[in-house]
Amino acid sequence: MKSQAAAVAGHWEGERVDAARRAGSARTLAMRLPLRTIGLIAYLALLLLPIYWMLNMSLRDNNDIMTRLALYPESPTFQNYAKIFTDPAWYMGYVNSFAYVSLNTLISLAVALPAAYAFSRYRFLGDKHLFFWLLTNLMAPSAVFLLPVFQFYSALGLIDTYIAVALAHTLFNVPLAVWILEGFMSGVPREIDETAFIDGYSLPRFFIVVFLPLIRAGVGVTAFFCFMFSWVELLFARTLTITAAKPIAAVMTRTVSASGLDWGLLSAAGILTIVPGALVIYFVRNYIAKGFALGRV
Amino acid sequence: MMRKTLDNRAWLLVLPMGLLVAFNALIPLMTVVNYSVQDVFDATHRVFVGADWFREMLRSDRLQAALVRQFVFSGLVLLIEIPLGVAIALVMPRKGGWATSLTLVLVALPLLIPWNVIGTIWVIFLRPDIGLLGHFIDHTLGIHFDYPTVPIQAWVSVLLMEVWHWTPLVALLAYAGLRAIPDAYYQAARIDGASAWAVFRYIQLPKMRGVLTIAILLRFVFSFLIYTEPFVLTGGGPGDSTTFLSIYLVKIAVGEFDVGRAGAFSIIYFLIVLAFSYVFYQVLQRVGTGEKA
Repeated sequence: MKSQAAAVAGHWEGERVDAARRAGSARTLAMRLPLRTIGLIAYLALLLLPIYWMLNMSLRDNNDIMTRLALYPESPTFQNYAKIFTDPAWYMGYVNSFAYVSLNTLISLAVALPAAYAFSRYRFLGDKHLFFWLLTNLMAPSAVFLLPVFQFYSALGLIDTYIAVALAHTLFNVPLAVWILEGFMSGVPREIDETAFIDGYSLPRFFIVVFLPLIRAGVGVTAFFCFMFSWVELLFARTLTITAAKPIAAVMTRTVSASGLDWGLLSAAGILTIVPGALVIYFVRNYIAKGFALGRV
Repeated sequence: MMRKTLDNRAWLLVLPMGLLVAFNALIPLMTVVNYSVQDVFDATHRVFVGADWFREMLRSDRLQAALVRQFVFSGLVLLIEIPLGVAIALVMPRKGGWATSLTLVLVALPLLIPWNVIGTIWVIFLRPDIGLLGHFIDHTLGIHFDYPTVPIQAWVSVLLMEVWHWTPLVALLAYAGLRAIPDAYYQAARIDGASAWAVFRYIQLPKMRGVLTIAILLRFVFSFLIYTEPFVLTGGGPGDSTTFLSIYLVKIAVGEFDVGRAGAFSIIYFLIVLAFSYVFYQVLQRVGTGEKA
């Protein structure tokens, strides 16, 4: 009885020490926390400052911009945005960009899914070499491929079509998609495949009914990265298009030289290219970190 | 490591992917090889010149200068972005909630901006007449600032833009590594009374090894291929001072349509990138995911 009481007392004693230690760590945390938060806020402020400056420009007209430096738009105008939304030469640029980006994402996923499954589940002749060759295309300088791809696509009559840009972007998006998907797929235990095959599933049926739902986060993240790299790339997109499929980013560069630099209009167009990216990030925010680690965390 | 079954029928699964990438990569690459060993006059007249273009390009002062410039640039990018990215990841909130979501969205934002818009943002930000930072340096600080004409300022501007643009990638990768560390490690460190530095040095850093290897690989290669952003910001100038390898290559290939020299240059360029990718790939295979650390 006595020993039990001692044990209880000892237990309480331990709790007190624990509580004291917790309070101590909470105190150091409270001292550390503001510093960390201040650091984070300072970084985010620096990150947003150039974007804010562009936003500021987009809400002013060109005369106002050229005559004085204002930290915020004193009489904000939406005329730059209005021009973009009413002039087909401008807004069709966005339509074109979305068209080839979506097409590219679909093609990349369609060919990368089976390939990634093969890499994650099987050994086969030349698998390591094939995987490395794939990665070299992710690392290949676009500038190297620019002229020959242009000539090749011209010969095929693909210039100035959505499919041309979508296909050209698979050069780096397919390797990236295979890499990310393989990482996510390798996280799914093999036993699931084996059980399904014993239950009489065929490979295609197993893949669509059982496997895809298991890696849907990975598929979403991969789609996000295909979207991202197709959306930000300009060298191929500009070279392979003339008017009918010209991306918004290229519309921007050409209008700049033609209209003698309308900074307000240019800024508005730039801000509008940031919006889709921000929306897409929001949807994948919980997986984005894992995705950037190529599914390997 | 997951055990895999040996089955060559897996080739059927990778075949569509292989054909598509071959269509995009092999055919153009063969064209480049073809150009690099010939002197092309027009569609029907071409002479085999062997390795002449390679010899000429390797001796070219402009190419050597661009190569040195590129290595210095990529080296500086790694030296600045990797520590900075890790520091940012350490101060990012690790628990869920709106603050974490907001931080992730904001940090990732520069990565989703088209590359020429990145250049445009920095033109608008740095111009001494209308740019916030340019005006601040030139007027408020009183230091003459005109990045399009002063080589060192052009250089620092491109570097600053690159750091702004891509440090988020390193931060997100490092953050992914940090989030994967189980709480038990931190609890054990607390019981041992470990300092914040010791926690970083002996728990966080080893656990981030895998993701940091990916970060170094991606940052080195992508900075080595940089084209659009400096092209918009400085156009490779003043003079050749910010002409990196891709800018130089496009100048020769598209600007001067000198396909022989461009072809030889392309092969040299590609081989350098390939060699580095191979080394990094080997390291990556060995490091794995950092599970063993």
